[in-house]
Amino acid sequence: MQSYLIIGNGIAAAGCIEGVRERDAEGKITVVSKENHPVYCRPLISYYLEGKTDLKKMMYRRESFYRDMKCEVIYGKSVVKLDEKEHTAHLSDGSKISYTKACLATGSVPFLPPMRGIEKVKNKFSFMTVDDMLAIEKAVSEKSRVLIVGAGLIGLKCAEGLADRVADITVCDLADRILSSILDEECAAPVMKHMEKHGTEFMLGDTVEEFDENRATMKSGRTVEFDVLVTAVGVRADTVLMRDTEAKIGRGVTVDNKMKTDAEDIYAAGDCTESTDISSGQKKVMALLPSAYMQGKCAGINMAGGSETLENEIPMNSIGFFGMHIMTAGTYFTEAEGGKTVTLRYENGIRKFYLKDGFLRGFIFVGKTERAGIFTALIRNRQPISEVDFELLKKNSDYTGFSSENRRKIFGGVV
Amino acid sequence: MKQVYVNEEWCLGCHLCEYNCAYANSGEPDMVKALKGKKIEPRISVCDKDDVHFAVSCRHCEDAICVKSCIAGALHYENSVVVIDKSKCVGCLTCVLVCPYGAVRESDEGVATKCELCTTNSHGTPACVEGCPNRAIVFEER
Repeated sequence: MQSYLIIGNGIAAAGCIEGVRERDAEGKITVVSKENHPVYCRPLISYYLEGKTDLKKMMYRRESFYRDMKCEVIYGKSVVKLDEKEHTAHLSDGSKISYTKACLATGSVPFLPPMRGIEKVKNKFSFMTVDDMLAIEKAVSEKSRVLIVGAGLIGLKCAEGLADRVADITVCDLADRILSSILDEECAAPVMKHMEKHGTEFMLGDTVEEFDENRATMKSGRTVEFDVLVTAVGVRADTVLMRDTEAKIGRGVTVDNKMKTDAEDIYAAGDCTESTDISSGQKKVMALLPSAYMQGKCAGINMAGGSETLENEIPMNSIGFFGMHIMTAGTYFTEAEGGKTVTLRYENGIRKFYLKDGFLRGFIFVGKTERAGIFTALIRNRQPISEVDFELLKKNSDYTGFSSENRRKIFGGVV
Repeated sequence: MKQVYVNEEWCLGCHLCEYNCAYANSGEPDMVKALKGKKIEPRISVCDKDDVHFAVSCRHCEDAICVKSCIAGALHYENSVVVIDKSKCVGCLTCVLVCPYGAVRESDEGVATKCELCTTNSHGTPACVEGCPNRAIVFEER
């Protein structure tokens, strides 16, 4: 009988469990979960603070999930060492687990650059887990002044979640615009304006020079008084267990299109991996929930002897702040890189399309996001732009931009 | 599995399916009360270009990317039909970002909404099919 070890208990682990069980009903599955919670929807921690969900609703699967999947979960412990040759994992309590196939699904850990005086701050938090979320909830009151370091996805979602619960929120970032990993200047500006209208203050192009317990002195000389500090500077793939294995490690553990690492019988899935982004051809840490699930499932199927591949991954994000939606996908090639940008401006939004070599490679939609998936599919399927009426498609954002033959194929009409 | 298909040669572009859909999903027994003076939120939408018309609704894909991508675990299968648990949905619209058909939209309540083949409303069978005057929309196995 096979014994599967899954290290981590997030979305990639859930996908892996479901993937294994698609092919192997009997093999033993052991999940080692550092966190003391069944798999939950990690991106929902900001929605919890906002009051849009609760602890029960944010569970990713039904209560009987692990039981139904005949899966043992070891809570509150972690794997401290993986012995590739012996096929054995050493746990934090000194025990050992043998496996025939393992999947690394350890996710990512917050990255905190050295900051002077940070040790003086008592009320400081990351914003990655349910426990972080509960701790922040406990620490804030309607009088709290919150400083968030980092104007990326995590920092800004935290700002939105806390907006109605605290007195004021300041977000600072070294970058000169918000969401610099997914938005260009032109698209970031209206989002920032919208957030400012909802009370978030920004200090961009500025960084904390030194912390006191309740004060940050910025490089610009300005000071921010705060009661609660949230650090959301960035995350790093948690790959530490793979260091003693044959696995290649870039910014994440390198996996092939079957989610296999170079280590014997060890697969990896989710935020701890780097895989190929087909919109650019580059290896990337996707760090997205959809990728985590799909990679996990792919890994699980292959661990159980199947031959599943994941060929069309791209970075993509759907995120909103105070009712303003943003959708982004793929790669934004500049003109210097041979790309062409097509911009459509609307009263309440903007759409930017990035084309290169006859393919749509990426897009940024702000405010006007309906039917964005048609464009996501164009990128993921690498459908040549010449096969569609792109002029019409970009305007209507519907299937009138496709030939009727194409439509019949796509929608299963009578041929 | 039986699916809603649209024969676009037969579609007149009358948009009646959109009204029938909105009515079936309104929870109102009276059609006038359900629709009069309201902005309708149909889960099927007719696209028009010159004399080409066709309606688009959820394809209930076998291995649906919206289900795999749902960050709230709200989209799921019930008897092969892709349905959404509105109490779990937080309105992030990742499903809108990934649906290749453009068949998911945001409702006025700020959550995602899509065709559930009328299995979750009181209508029971697809209202768009029943009300199509030219029988362009059919519910069948292919």
